[in-house]
Amino acid sequence: MEDHPHPHAGLAPHRCGECCTRIERLDVTLNRQPILTDITLHLHCGELTTLVGPNGAGKSMLLKAILGEVPHGGTIHFLPVAGHGREDAPVIGYLPQQLEFDRNSPVNVHDLFATAASRWPVALRYSRRTRRAALESLRYVEAEHLVDRRLGQLSGGELQRVLLALSLTPVPNLLLLDEPVSGIDVAGRELFYRTVSDLRRRLDLSILMVSHDLAGVTTVSDRIVFLNLRIVCLGRPADVIAHPELRRTFGLDIAPPEVGRA
Amino acid sequence: MNLLHTLIARLPFEWAQFEFMRNALLAVIIVAPLFALIGTLVVNNRMAFFSDAIGHASLTGLGLGVILGLADPFWALVGFALVLGLGILALQRFTRSPMDTVISLSMCFSLALGVVLLSHGGSFSRFSSYLIGDLLSITPREIVRLLVMSVLVGGGLLLGYNRILLIGLNESLARSRGRSAWWPQVFFCATIALVVTMNLGWVGILIINSLLVLPAAAARNLAQDARQYVLLAVGLSLFCGVAGLIASFYANTATGATIVLVAMGCYAVTLGIKGWRARAG
Repeated sequence: MEDHPHPHAGLAPHRCGECCTRIERLDVTLNRQPILTDITLHLHCGELTTLVGPNGAGKSMLLKAILGEVPHGGTIHFLPVAGHGREDAPVIGYLPQQLEFDRNSPVNVHDLFATAASRWPVALRYSRRTRRAALESLRYVEAEHLVDRRLGQLSGGELQRVLLALSLTPVPNLLLLDEPVSGIDVAGRELFYRTVSDLRRRLDLSILMVSHDLAGVTTVSDRIVFLNLRIVCLGRPADVIAHPELRRTFGLDIAPPEVGRA
Repeated sequence: MNLLHTLIARLPFEWAQFEFMRNALLAVIIVAPLFALIGTLVVNNRMAFFSDAIGHASLTGLGLGVILGLADPFWALVGFALVLGLGILALQRFTRSPMDTVISLSMCFSLALGVVLLSHGGSFSRFSSYLIGDLLSITPREIVRLLVMSVLVGGGLLLGYNRILLIGLNESLARSRGRSAWWPQVFFCATIALVVTMNLGWVGILIINSLLVLPAAAARNLAQDARQYVLLAVGLSLFCGVAGLIASFYANTATGATIVLVAMGCYAVTLGIKGWRARAG
């Protein structure tokens, strides 16, 4: 693959018209250090795109640039679905990298949804409406039974599913997942991938996911982007996995040690 | 006001016969719930050191008030605390240094400046009442001012409560849910600065932070959700305030400090209950 992969690489050509998010020539510079250069990437509805790359490749930074948390060059265009979101202010769902919080916090799952959804102080009244809304969102990820659990009592996998449900409330134009399965056991990972994969079709979401779990994401992703300060290659999982630089970075080609030769 | 005084005076207790005790009781009842409400957010958002710094640094506000020749240093106190609180926030954002470092250096600078200003002419001891506070000297006029400001601040805080709570849980998460995470923080820091300084006169610089933090910390030991957290904190704060006030009357001790000791006792009890619950499963 060449230096500037086509933004639609790995997609059937007819899908170009269905672009939901167009990232064109995006770059990010922090403290005069280029973090990302010349990122051109189109994300489509109903498609799961996974970002892989070594540590410090700028994967989380790309998500932050899309969220508007860091200043960037280039443009990001959102083409909203009719009647849902606006071009300049799309609804973006975001699942941050490992939500850190105090395990003694008295905030429970319902409080979290109520806090995010409404201005009415969660401390003042227990509202049946916010509870119903929380349950509805939790149903997306089959986690209704967790509604009264304190955040500190959830396992890593349960917490990620709850946060995934939160990032789907309201249903976003674009869903960003930042290493959603790091620190979660294999069963939890499989469940999480299955849920995400199912949601993308059911809600017709464009999803951009950062992951280190190369083996896990090749089966679930529609496209993989190999990022290392710039887009090194981009395409269908099978094509990207074959790329020599990726194989070198992830150590996929290490030959078994040869024995008995000088 | 008079009606309240008459009502309290009817209580069959010795302390209720004194006007200063009745004033103090009213002040405690106004302020305790507000402290508890702010405290829940202070503890949740790990701002305890920030509020502590604001309390200590208000010494400088006092010094400025004296230099400007104000008869009542109240507004100089509030003004300086607001400038310092927002200054800390802005400095942290600008330098990207750790928050505790920024707070620590701002507090030391401000304290040093305050001591220099107040000791000019060798009269620092005049201001020592601000260090321990004097609740029993509160006047009806001050109580009315306290009430008006508490209602305004408390109302504003309730409007921003959810947002500030979410920022405390995870800032990135809060920011991804639209709008800004910056303005609620500015608003919250200003609220802390305002509430700490407007109550300094009667609690004292040295211990005001414990009134903010202790009821919330105690409530956190018992609460199962955010609503219980706030309700328990308000209840505990009212209880400790009133019990400490009455205890200080009979023991003839400084009121603010006595309230803090009672609150510390409450905290120890809740910690015990928490441990007992954990063992009981």
